[in-house]
Amino acid sequence: MTTKTIQEIEAEIVDEFSLFDSWDDKYEYIIDLGKRLPPLDEVFKKEENKVKGCQSTVWLVADYQDGKIIYKAESDAIIVKGLISMLIRVLSGHTPDEILNADMDFINKIGMTSHLAQTRSNGLRAMVKQMKHYALAFKSLRFNA
Amino acid sequence: MSNETMIAATGENQVLDIEKIRNDFPVLQRMVKGHPLVYLDNAATSQKPAAVIDALVHYYTHLNANVHRGIHTLAEEATAAFEATRDVVRSFINAAQREEIIYTKGTTEGLNLVAYTWGRKHLREGDEVIISGMEHHSNIVPWQVVCEEKNAVLKVIPITDKGELDMEVFHQLLSERTKIVSVVHVSNALGTINPVKAIIDAAHAKGAVVLIDGAQSSMHLDIDVQDLDCDFFALSAHKMLGPTGAGILYGKSSLLEEMPVFLGGGEMIKEVTFEKTTYNELPYKFEAGTPNIADFVAFKPAIEYINKLGKEKIRAHEDALLSYATEKIKETEGVKIIGEAEQKASVLSFVIDGVHPQDIGILLDNKGIAVRTGHHCAEPLMSRFCIPGTIRASFAVYNTLAEIDLFAEALKKAIKILR
Ligand SMILES: Cc1ncc(COP(=O)(O)O)c(C=O)c1O
Repeated sequence: MTTKTIQEIEAEIVDEFSLFDSWDDKYEYIIDLGKRLPPLDEVFKKEENKVKGCQSTVWLVADYQDGKIIYKAESDAIIVKGLISMLIRVLSGHTPDEILNADMDFINKIGMTSHLAQTRSNGLRAMVKQMKHYALAFKSLRFNA
Repeated sequence: MSNETMIAATGENQVLDIEKIRNDFPVLQRMVKGHPLVYLDNAATSQKPAAVIDALVHYYTHLNANVHRGIHTLAEEATAAFEATRDVVRSFINAAQREEIIYTKGTTEGLNLVAYTWGRKHLREGDEVIISGMEHHSNIVPWQVVCEEKNAVLKVIPITDKGELDMEVFHQLLSERTKIVSVVHVSNALGTINPVKAIIDAAHAKGAVVLIDGAQSSMHLDIDVQDLDCDFFALSAHKMLGPTGAGILYGKSSLLEEMPVFLGGGEMIKEVTFEKTTYNELPYKFEAGTPNIADFVAFKPAIEYINKLGKEKIRAHEDALLSYATEKIKETEGVKIIGEAEQKASVLSFVIDGVHPQDIGILLDNKGIAVRTGHHCAEPLMSRFCIPGTIRASFAVYNTLAEIDLFAEALKKAIKILR
């Protein structure tokens, strides 16, 4: 289980990206992340797990273990998979409150929002929103329990 | 490149000076992500020559006034400029009368106008409307709405594996119950040029009227609505070097005369009392409200630009680009072209084994190359080919063989990284 805070992981990613000279390199790195993202079990690839607002298909599921949320996700497009992999690296393994408070500013800092066309960066935002939705749901579950 | 295409392409270049043409399009000079823009998304919208941009600026700088209502100088000049476009369009598609040229905001509005006015008046329970399996959503949805309202039946001409209309089935679908056939002239997703003349003749023989979606064809093919004998023809200015928000619906005057009005408001009326309103004559009956004046004024230089180059030469250049690109893409491993009709116009749609179109779109954009990825507003067509979408490169007169080389090269590299 991770011991780093969300901010620390975000800073790590920003650091890593600062090493790249060009977007070619950034994309190769993201694609590589995408290729290495473990596949999601086929049983989870159903309509209700799809993230709306993405051009490609994205499935996202979340598990609640010991007060922390574990995300799993996949997409049929590799670059999106790479982006998902980064989101999971940042948010997975944290408490609902930590996730809800995350500003996710690393996405801007690595230049992703300005580089991706509006439609695709909307998809990225939709994924973050869905992840936070899960956090909210688990939080209220905990309160009600 | 095969010798044949090279000769065709360079031969055409001697006639059309593509470099000179490119200089007429300011946006082609810009850089995208550090690379010169390679714009291969012309089926979505074409770029605009300086003459069109200048006309917009000139209009707002010197002429701006509302049309058809003022007696002052500006109003008269604006009206004259606005109406001049109607004459140029009339001759561009060879309509018999200027009154048959209805200003719309684009193809979508033209198609909706016919469905909601002609369709609502003429369709009865059990009547049939025929569209095709390669229609843009804008030629599907309005018919679904009206058919549902009228309990009419929507029939669809199937598509062959090559991406052509199955004409045999079309002839079987056609019957005395068919009231209207509404089909696309050139498919935006496949590039297929449909045999609309044969469709029109066969439909007329059964007493049905025919609406042609000319969004993609008007820039590439010679359009002669009298020779085609179509009853309606819809087009968009923005796909033919003109501004967005301006389009044309052509209709035979005999049909337009008896059609109910579409939108009510200013301009479209003759006399209004609370008891009864009488409508203005054609074409104004269908042009309610203050129109998109500036963009119609600037549509005229777009058509004049096309006329100056000559459609035949434009077509020859585009055909050379298409066959060169098709050859190039075919060399690429894992590529499957979607749409291999005998008759095609400047659209190259394809999928790649194991690679999502969106990934290709992002990596090409990173090289300044603009293509379209996705379903191209033709989801039923994508289902027909069992694919979520394609990568589409679509060409215009200002594209070059060198740009296609850049595209093909970038595509190969992208595939290599993604695999
Ligand atoms: C074949 C076809 N029909 C209709 C349309 C709709 O045109 P517009 O969006 O200009 O109304 C398009 C545009 O993509 C098209 O390609």
